[in-house]
Amino acid sequence: MKQPKKTYVLGIETSCDETAVAVTMDGNELLSNCISSQMEIHQRFGGVVPEVASRRHVERITIMIQDALEQAGIALQDISAIAVTQGPGLVGALLIGITAAKALSLTTGIPLVPVHHIAGHIYANHLVRPLQFPLVSLVVSGGHTELIYMEAHNHFECLGKTRDDAAGEAYDKVARLMGLPYPGGPPIDRLAHVGMETYNLPRAWLELDSLDFSFSGLKSAVMNVIHNANQRGEEIQEANLATSFQQSVIDVLIEKAMRAVKKTGVKRLLLAGGVSANRGLRSQLQARCDQDGIYLQIPPIELCTDNAAMIAAVGTYQWWAGNEAALTLNAEPNLKMSAVHR
Amino acid sequence: MRTLAIDTSTMVMGVAILEQDRVLGEMVTNLKKNHSVRLMPAVSQLLSELDLSVSNIDQIAVTNGPGSYTGIRIGVTTAKTLSWAARLPLYSASSLTVLAHNAAHFPGLIVPLFDARRSRVYAGVYRRLIDQLEPVIRPQVIHIEQLIKKVVSLNEPVLFLGEDVEIHRLNIEASFSSRLYFGQGGENIPHPSHLGLIAWRKHLDNEPPETDDFAPDYLQLTEAEAKWLQKNRRD
Repeated sequence: MKQPKKTYVLGIETSCDETAVAVTMDGNELLSNCISSQMEIHQRFGGVVPEVASRRHVERITIMIQDALEQAGIALQDISAIAVTQGPGLVGALLIGITAAKALSLTTGIPLVPVHHIAGHIYANHLVRPLQFPLVSLVVSGGHTELIYMEAHNHFECLGKTRDDAAGEAYDKVARLMGLPYPGGPPIDRLAHVGMETYNLPRAWLELDSLDFSFSGLKSAVMNVIHNANQRGEEIQEANLATSFQQSVIDVLIEKAMRAVKKTGVKRLLLAGGVSANRGLRSQLQARCDQDGIYLQIPPIELCTDNAAMIAAVGTYQWWAGNEAALTLNAEPNLKMSAVHR
Repeated sequence: MRTLAIDTSTMVMGVAILEQDRVLGEMVTNLKKNHSVRLMPAVSQLLSELDLSVSNIDQIAVTNGPGSYTGIRIGVTTAKTLSWAARLPLYSASSLTVLAHNAAHFPGLIVPLFDARRSRVYAGVYRRLIDQLEPVIRPQVIHIEQLIKKVVSLNEPVLFLGEDVEIHRLNIEASFSSRLYFGQGGENIPHPSHLGLIAWRKHLDNEPPETDDFAPDYLQLTEAEAKWLQKNRRD
């Protein structure tokens, strides 16, 4: 491990619809965290349109790099490494961050470090409180639903993941079916707060010992409920349907996370990803962890959604471990964790 | 005054370095291979062959489209980040204008085009004016029949340029009775040295360089945006 006195890492993240650039010091201190969100641009389409996202990233990228360095009060030459999300994500969107990172690296000679997006979400926690190992992390977002086991820095083991839709994706699709705005998480969470669980919706447990997830059946079940009600001329009780759907998602997430904790024998569970902002999930998971004597860590909302500080944090540990990329670095939309982080 | 010129708007990947208007080096490939993997090593290799580094470059030039959306973005993102990091002025030109420069001495209309699918092309029409080219019809996405009609009506000798001309060749040949020419070999692919020359002239003319929010000119909206507009105009 080469570990100079202070390590400043510039992080770049463009895997979906946020153009984000940040600077961290020593992988745990956040010096700047700049995010240019495209949420309003995509709202009218009811979801992220990849080509629209890529176009916007190109416009914003150097402006965000400049903002992040200025806010951190650091010059580009004083950066130790440039960390960039290599995948998974939208290929056209990822390419903008990677291309910019490579151009910075070519101009300055600063090394380039590839980072896995999910590893980033886990390390968002490290910026608040140092990670303590071993741990299990439940990463839930619009694009991902995964259970990751870590026994040390730079060590990631995928215990389970979704076989179809991500949890956040299920929220977006169900919101669309119910005529609620995009993204679907916040409006459903709000309704679920006031409704009752009156609709009987399935929970996909899969095989007995599986830690994988599946949410497409749940989405179809909601579609059937709405369809049947329409056929019979009945009105949907919106808040109750939202509650029933959300409870079905939460039950599976919590149960699988606790099974992963039990299986690995860890005492620490980390929640990460955009869906961590869900109030229902936060409070019920906290209650279950209290009951089972598990320490639960959830990052503040602004670090739950996509950001570049988390990429810089992982990048710091990766760089200390000697993981550098060449100028041939390419976007990998289906990147496996084991491919970048050894 | 050295210019680094980058063009990845189409299948052709081109990198050139010029000193004033003199070409020091030019690398061009015409392959269906990943620009994102090959561009940065190509820039790095050309610089090192010339014993130069980015710090010896004084300005950057890039094509801002039209062509492959992803390809354009790789060139533009590379160029604008290099320009930002090294604090160098950035100039851009249309990939069609660059292609037209292959025949800058042609006495008549120069029509560079790239196929845009569904019988449409990205095309512009240029004419020689003293030692430069002036656009007669600005770069746009246009139905091939419509383009041919416009060009026929100008009643001048015509030169079509671009490898995609082949797709529409029969159509074109059927519409002109005489004074019709087609580009050959290297004339049909854009050369980054011409892009560098265009940027050098812009510098001489004191044209303002691109700003930080510089983005490609795709010449068309995304499909999602076009559909959304159509739907909301109807409602």
